[in-house]
Amino acid sequence: MKDLKGYVTADGRQIGGVLMEMRNITLKFGGVVAIKDISFDVREGEVRAIIGPNGAGKSSMLNIISGFYTPSEGEVWYKGEKRPPMKPYEVARQGVARTFQNIALFEGMTVLDNIMTGRLTHMNAGLVSQAMWWGKARDEEIANREKVEEVIDFLEIQNIRKTPVGRLPYGLKKRVELARALAAEPSILLLDEPMAGMNVEEKEDMSRFILDVNDEFGTTIALIEHDMGVVMDISDRVVVMDYGKKIGDGTPDEVRNNQDVIDAYLGVQH
Amino acid sequence: MLYRTAGQFKTSYTADQALFPIRQDAYLLGIILIFAWVVFPLTASEFTFQTLLIPILIYSLAAMGLNILTGYAGQLSLGTAAFMGVGAYACYKMVTIMPWMNPVVAILLSGVFSAGVGVAFGIPSLRIKGFYLAIATLAAQFFLVWLFEKWAWLYNYNASGAIQVPNLKMFGVYIAGPQADSMIQYFVVLGIVTLLTLLCINLTRGNLGRTWKATRDMDIAAELIGINLMKSKLTAFMVSSYVVGVAGALFVFMWRGAAEPNLFDIPLSFRILFIAIIGGLGSIMGNYLGAILIVGLPVMLNTLPQTLGIPISSAMVEHLNIMIIGSLIIFFLIIEPHGLARLWALIREKLIIWPFPY
Amino acid sequence: MLNDIFVAPFVDMFAAPDFLMQVLWEGLVSGILYALIALGFVLIYRSSRIFNFAQGIMVVFAALTLVGLHAMGVPAWICILLTLGVMFVLAVVIERVVLRPLVGQPDIILFMATIGITLFLIGLGEIIFGGENKVMITEELGIPTGSVLLEPFGGLLILEQKDITAVIVAALLVVGLLIFLNKTRMGRAIRALGDDHQAALSVGISLQTIWVLVWFIAGIIALVTGIAWGARAGVSFALEVIAYKALPVLMLGGLESITGAIIGGLMIGMLEKLFEIYWGQPLLGGNTETWFAFVLALIVLLFRPQGLFGERIIERV
Repeated sequence: MKDLKGYVTADGRQIGGVLMEMRNITLKFGGVVAIKDISFDVREGEVRAIIGPNGAGKSSMLNIISGFYTPSEGEVWYKGEKRPPMKPYEVARQGVARTFQNIALFEGMTVLDNIMTGRLTHMNAGLVSQAMWWGKARDEEIANREKVEEVIDFLEIQNIRKTPVGRLPYGLKKRVELARALAAEPSILLLDEPMAGMNVEEKEDMSRFILDVNDEFGTTIALIEHDMGVVMDISDRVVVMDYGKKIGDGTPDEVRNNQDVIDAYLGVQH
Repeated sequence: MLYRTAGQFKTSYTADQALFPIRQDAYLLGIILIFAWVVFPLTASEFTFQTLLIPILIYSLAAMGLNILTGYAGQLSLGTAAFMGVGAYACYKMVTIMPWMNPVVAILLSGVFSAGVGVAFGIPSLRIKGFYLAIATLAAQFFLVWLFEKWAWLYNYNASGAIQVPNLKMFGVYIAGPQADSMIQYFVVLGIVTLLTLLCINLTRGNLGRTWKATRDMDIAAELIGINLMKSKLTAFMVSSYVVGVAGALFVFMWRGAAEPNLFDIPLSFRILFIAIIGGLGSIMGNYLGAILIVGLPVMLNTLPQTLGIPISSAMVEHLNIMIIGSLIIFFLIIEPHGLARLWALIREKLIIWPFPY
Repeated sequence: MLNDIFVAPFVDMFAAPDFLMQVLWEGLVSGILYALIALGFVLIYRSSRIFNFAQGIMVVFAALTLVGLHAMGVPAWICILLTLGVMFVLAVVIERVVLRPLVGQPDIILFMATIGITLFLIGLGEIIFGGENKVMITEELGIPTGSVLLEPFGGLLILEQKDITAVIVAALLVVGLLIFLNKTRMGRAIRALGDDHQAALSVGISLQTIWVLVWFIAGIIALVTGIAWGARAGVSFALEVIAYKALPVLMLGGLESITGAIIGGLMIGMLEKLFEIYWGQPLLGGNTETWFAFVLALIVLLFRPQGLFGERIIERV
């Protein structure tokens, strides 16, 4: 389990060592226990899914990874080190990028500006340089614009570059949000229900993008999803949660045949 | 036809990021600048300088400062006038303690003091949001005006409690005080306002601008993608208060000539807020449009009855003015809540595709 | 210095308890008026999410109308009825002309619109009634003007009868309002609207009627406040300034809490008076009442961002 070598997937991709590890995570809101003693790891280069029925605690888990919630108990290990308590923006600056279940784009800005915000963590020109639009600020602006254009090409959204985000349809907003997260060139990309509310065609598009991102950039991806079918197709390993507990963990095939998982999804006869 | 953009292609990101990607906008700006720098000074009368040109520029600048905070960073402030006061008093202290100081330098430095005070009063914004924050900025408003009145050192222990702008020279010419010439003052104001406008445009279109807008649009998401909200909000307070402070120094030194504490009272804050909102939140150009309307309208209303020969008392005119401005605010909010700048953007969009909209 | 701040004021308080009681009483009376204005804000905010900056000028306008009508020779009690009529017409006009076209706009736009209303009413009021200070028709309304002398701790405590009347009327008004909000159909509708706009609409509550009603109630509150404050300080546009005091009350008590408005108002009224008398005047040159309430509210909110009576907000993504 704790080997650093990793494994090779069925389609021949080399999966690396442990990138992020959750150790005995418990999360309580007042008296309500949202997550109870869950441990799992995410390895470099893999597509890792967290699935489970409504209210299983998936989103809370993602929020812990991205630093929005602090776990009541347990530890988060990242890149071989225990992560001290930190603010969400510090987590983001360590290379954790995410999307949101209910799209959280900046509605008053254009698509381009939204994606440029993904590059914030890579820009550090000073106030004076920015005010003069000279020197470092200008160079940064151009260099990062090039990066952003790569992402725009990759996700095929060239034609809406200058459109205000508020005018876009739902599916495209989801894609822009993915673009913003990708622009950050994250070490680990968290996707919170990337396919929620999409039709079949859009789901296929999104699945393709997720796999391409993983394939071309080697980005590690952790995603939460409702749609079992899609998840099983695109992920390398799956964690299954139910009522805040972990009930299964393994390859899609292993999980599919796990009795607890079947019970949780199909119900048990009492 | 005027706004044909066909045939203007960009071949580099630098070109696409230029201030005016559309050529016609650059021409338009050129015309405005020629008017501001050449035509107005040659033709304007003393009355026009004093009642229109100078105050419009100063109010635009103050509104621009507020707009950075409220329109770009989303932090509603009702204490603008008090920060203008900080700028004005700081400038007054500097030129009286160090009379050798170049007055323009003093004006630009006075913003530093208001920026400091602004950051201090901006700290609550880290915990308080929305209207609660707006009320909190009123604390700054009332406290600072009280301080201007009680802290006699600020006005050099004058018996009147007011500050009087002394005669100040730059390069051998009077630029402030009773002896200064209106046209000279106009050029000083125009120079400073042009400079600060350029800096503000750069800030708002760059990385910091995106940080502010992200904070405004959705602060939780902003923090999760790596924005330090504290830094984002406090820089907004800092830049905003700097600009507002410089506007305050100009307000007293280049226009009013003297100031009492209650000049910086809440009605001034509201007037600047009107300008920013009617002009358009989140727009730089809008501040000018708003200022032209809010400053220009009363002047027009004042002169109108005389030119038409209607006998009407000046007190009556003043009251009518207040009423009309109140109704106009409501009127403009109803026809275009996003302000004159949005109105202009819509017209421009229509012009670009006119006459074949499909 | 430390002695002046931390010891001397309390020594003074104990040395002259009758004076302390006098100070507290004065603060209580102002506090009640702050609470009334804040109540007007809360009602309108709860039912329409509008931060009604015009509440202050409505107080002035109501008082001016009352005094103005009386000056024209109308009997006092009929003046009250007529003024109520004027406030009703005002509510209808505001709803038709301002609120209806602005439904669904961002908060700040609606807030600005109420500042527009404020300016309009200031101009209108000055044109109709003139800007000079007027005397409230206290006696004509049957409000006693004598004073009650008490002698606690062997000292002297003077209670103006009109202040006592103000306190009683304010209390009755609040009780009446609470009964209205909790027991009547319309009252419940107002509360429902505050909880959820859409849901309220879906069960057949007419938004327009309720807005007119709420603004009218705010108008009634304004009239009562105007009479009470006018009796103490005369009727002029300076009254508008006291409306600002309602704002820190709202910060402390929360924009939506009626209890919060009342308790916050009383607290601020008494604390600012205490601070002014025992700290402000001896140490800071006085007139601290202009800012004390705001700074107090600010400090409280730094430690409790949800206000004194608000519930803790859990943020989610």
